[in-house]
This record gives sequence, C-alpha cells and structure tokens, in this order.
Amino acid sequence: MDVDKHRSLLLILARELASNLATPMFVVDVHGVLVFYNEAAEKLLGQSFATTGPIGPDQWGGTMFQPEDLDGNPITVNDLPLVDTMRERRPEHARFRITGLDGVKRTIEATSFPLFARVDDLAGAVSVFWEEIG
Amino acid sequence: MKARVWGCRGSLPAPGPDTVRYGGNTSCVELRVDEDIVIVLDAGSGMRALGRELTAGPARVIHVLLTHLHMDHLQGLAFFLPFWAPDVELHIWGPPSPSYGLSERVAAYVSPPLFPVHLSDVPSRPIFHDVPDEPWMIGSALVAGYPVVHQGPTMGFRLTADGRTLAYLPDHEPSLGVNLRQLEPDWMSGYRVAEGADVLLHDAQYSDHEYESRVGWGHSTIDHAVAFADAAQAGHLVMFHHDPAHSDAELESLLDQARSLGDGGCPPSLAAEGMTIELGSAGVAMDSPSPAETDAPVPD
Repeated sequence: MDVDKHRSLLLILARELASNLATPMFVVDVHGVLVFYNEAAEKLLGQSFATTGPIGPDQWGGTMFQPEDLDGNPITVNDLPLVDTMRERRPEHARFRITGLDGVKRTIEATSFPLFARVDDLAGAVSVFWEEIG
Repeated sequence: MKARVWGCRGSLPAPGPDTVRYGGNTSCVELRVDEDIVIVLDAGSGMRALGRELTAGPARVIHVLLTHLHMDHLQGLAFFLPFWAPDVELHIWGPPSPSYGLSERVAAYVSPPLFPVHLSDVPSRPIFHDVPDEPWMIGSALVAGYPVVHQGPTMGFRLTADGRTLAYLPDHEPSLGVNLRQLEPDWMSGYRVAEGADVLLHDAQYSDHEYESRVGWGHSTIDHAVAFADAAQAGHLVMFHHDPAHSDAELESLLDQARSLGDGGCPPSLAAEGMTIELGSAGVAMDSPSPAETDAPVPD
C-alpha cells in the first residue's frame, strides 16, 4: 500500500494521541487509507497493525470487518461513518456490527470526525470505537 | 549559502557573565545566498545587532521567516533598524492560523499597550505572507516551511541552495508521546524539514531531569535532539535554543552528553552568537568565536 512519505502534522499528532489512548481508534489519511490503528483497536479487530500495515478503504471497510447493521444486513463501505466523514467532511456517528479478524461478532458504536489542518485543508480523519458489552 | 547566528538562547534573553561564550540573545539567524537579499530566521533579540550591521550595507530586500510568534522569536522585530527604513523591502513570513492573519497577530505585539507605535505606522510597511504549503523561492534559495510539534502554530524551515540544505527547528518537541528511537522517521514531526539536511539547527533546551517537569512545553532534551538528528540523517547537529538558566559551563556539559549519545553520523556542536556556518560545494565549515574573543569580563 502506497502512503505519503511526508505526513501531515495532524496525522502525526492523531497517531500520537491514538497510540496513547486506551479507546480503540483509527486514523485514515486524506486518501482514506487506514494509516494507523492503536492497540485497543487491535484487540477489537483481532490483528495488530504491525501485521496488517496500511490498509485501503475497500479492504478495511469491506472484507476485513464485514460490517452489518443491527438487523444483519451488510453495510457497504460508502455507508460507514468514517467513509462518510471523509466524503462529507463532517462528524458522523453510527451503531453497527463487525466481525473481527478473530471471527468474533461485536456490536460497536463509532464516532468519526475530519482533521482539518486549516479551514478547508483536509488531512484525514479519525474514528473512535466503543464495543457494546452485554 | 552562509549562515550567521545572532541569537540562540531560548525563552528569554539571558545576558551576563555566565552566558558570554554562547550568548544571551534569543533566536535570530542571518542567511545569505544572494548578495542583495537577506534571509533572517526568527526575530528574537539577536535581531537588533543584525539590523545595525545591515543598515551599514547595501541590502534593501529582507525576508524574515518566523517559525512562530512566541515573544522570544518576535521581540527583536521592532528594534531591527530596517523595520524603520522606508526604502527597505521587508517581507515577513509566518505560520498560517485559522483565526487571525499574520499581520494582525504581529500587531498584537507592535501596538500599544505593549509597544508605543502601531504596526500600521511603521515606515518600512512590511509585507506579510502566510508560509505556503509548497516550497517557494527567495532569490536562488528554495525555502520550505512545514508545521511541527510545539505550542501553537509553529513551522520548521528547510532552505536549500548550491546543493546544500540547512534545516531550522529551534522550537520542537518531536518526542511528545512517542519514543523517537522506536518510531519510523516518516511518523516524526519535523522529519520532512530535516531529512538529509547538511546542517540541522535544533532545539536542545533541556536536560533529561529538567524535561520531566516540562513535558508538553514544546521543547526537546539533548537526547531527543540527538535521536531526531540521527533519524533524519542530518550531517551536523547544531544544538540551539539554549535554556536561559544554563551557563556556558552547563551547556558544554550538555554537549559532552550529546557526543556520548549519538550514533556518530551526526556530530553535535553548540550554537553560539557569532557562529558562522558555510555550506557549499566544498562541504560544511563551521566557525565559532574563539574563547579569547568571548571571555567574560573579569569583575573588579
């Protein structure tokens, strides 16, 4: 996966925040490539970032986590909150199910928001997840 | 390309017998690439003496590159003689901000109650520019400015001419929340500024012990500076932004520490007022004022 060699400071800061955060978090760049997820997300997804490396949106939004709504209908990549955030450049929130790489199905809530370096300079986005327990 | 350090102290001017060898003036570096254009990195208190020298010469086009607007990087501007010369073409470049223009932010300092004259009444009528996203030319120097980790909008500058590159990161905390020695370089703040630079002027304000109570203040330890310079594969590390509480002897002790930390690829030295750095086809030549020139006066 090709990623920018020189990253926006906002992505660097987002990764620093994520790597120190106990809450699962994704960081995507301006092209929608998943350029980092933290240890808490690794537990949720069942695979380490060191193993996967950067992942394109078609993979992380589709085959990788098999997202579905609460009725069990598949969610397309374009309907995921993080993809919506990148497209619409606004915060999004959703509740849905994923199947982690460990095969476990989980209900999660995800909140995503865009990272603007200036008023209209989109550097990427982040998404924070909560697993619904019980 | 020739650089001359006019101030390398951090945070606050620190004149006195303990700081004579490395100087007490805050950040200001003069850079010459073209005969008729002067590039000035930051407007700390060292800028006052630079201005005095420039008024004696022919330079009529001056570009001041501000890394950020903390006082120690701005306080010399209003005492820079060309600032008051109507026949000087003075350009001031600084970090963009989403809220206020650069001239409005500089005017917060150059206006009452902090200063007696309004910026709009300054005879040179400086031309303000936000640092652009892409590199640009000043004379025959290619200049690039990129945001880096500090407190508030802050840039690092990368200047290339004659096939040589000088990187300037006087206020920088790339280690915040990460271990620089375990981090891939492309995830480091400032890497884009310093990558492969022949000379890197970098924040080296704190000892490890001092940093413990100053995490997040936007500065680096000696260890951080060395690790960053090694990761960037810079040719020379010039330790910059000396803490105002550090005496000449303490700085030399920190230099010894820096020499023991590096991988040997990037020899460290201490920035000093009067230091010159020449970058050209023959390589890099650095010259600091000799101790005899800078010895502290002996008290009566």
